[in-house]
Amino acid sequence: MNTVLSRANSLFAFSLSVMAALTFGCFVTTAFKDRRVPVDIHVSRVMLKNVDDFTGPRERSDLGFVTFDLSADLQPVFDWNVKQLFIYLSAEYTTRSNALNQVVLWDKIVLRGESTKLNLRDMKSKYFFFDDGNGLRANKNITLTLSWNVVPNAGILPLVAGSGHVSLPFPDMYESTKSY
Amino acid sequence: MQCCAFVLQLYYQVLNFGMIVSSALMIWKGLMVVTGSESPIVVVLSGSMEPAFHRGDLLFLTNRVEDPIRVGEIVVFRIEGREIPIVHRVLKIHEKENGDIKFLTKGDNNAVDDRGLYKQGQHWLEKKDVVGRARGFVPYIGIVTILMNDYPKFKYAVLFMLGLFVLVHRE
Repeated sequence: MNTVLSRANSLFAFSLSVMAALTFGCFVTTAFKDRRVPVDIHVSRVMLKNVDDFTGPRERSDLGFVTFDLSADLQPVFDWNVKQLFIYLSAEYTTRSNALNQVVLWDKIVLRGESTKLNLRDMKSKYFFFDDGNGLRANKNITLTLSWNVVPNAGILPLVAGSGHVSLPFPDMYESTKSY
Repeated sequence: MQCCAFVLQLYYQVLNFGMIVSSALMIWKGLMVVTGSESPIVVVLSGSMEPAFHRGDLLFLTNRVEDPIRVGEIVVFRIEGREIPIVHRVLKIHEKENGDIKFLTKGDNNAVDDRGLYKQGQHWLEKKDVVGRARGFVPYIGIVTILMNDYPKFKYAVLFMLGLFVLVHRE
């Protein structure tokens, strides 16, 4: 311990050890926490069209439009090890051609420090709700769930589904109006 | 006798070095088996997943067959014919009864989905394109890898110093 170099070396090694221990502590203290909160989803309007899928495979597919309301209080999910929440509303359903379909309709990033109360009305979907084929028409059961991906400062990246989902049927007929 | 002692010392150093290298390799291969992924630890290379991940963050991946791909998951995938792995989020999945799945991805920080990144005429990704799903995350640590890639002189300097340290250090 008698030269600047060896002192600097010890200091550096010690800082690294402390940082590693803190990081591990962050991870271990929040690894098994339950990050679910109740969520309220309400759908006010559903419309169905049948057009060429312009977002990719150019086949005639069902295009759904859903207008929804969301409310949730995400404050309990945040703690010292949460950097942000990636929230997404997904629709899950079964069709004749595919046993399972999941489509993200809307998403939002909530950073630590931002407002954690979600209270959204009359929201339109952010992404086009195209089916792989024509399976939305007369589909009785489309389930909307709000989930979030917890991004920690360090540690596990869990996907958590909020408790509270809503199922809705799609209409039997296509609309040919231009409006949405 | 002085010469013999020196040669023994040298053998010892070389064997020691060999042990360290093979232990590291075995740990890496063991991780590959346990996680089911060909690359269980990756460094984030682009800013397309900000503010969640920045360049230099480390991701821990798994790719177990019994874990199905679902929306919202962060997947690391390779596009056919390209080497660089991409870290993005699953936006859409269509899965058949027999387990065949096709899915679409998008980076959080990108305005549009990844169809512009896929091969010409490719609209979906499949299980075979996936390197792994991100399950754990540590910030900043991977910066060293990026520095070594962007500044090759730095990489040679680090390797040289390491080699020097191992040879000169007397246990």
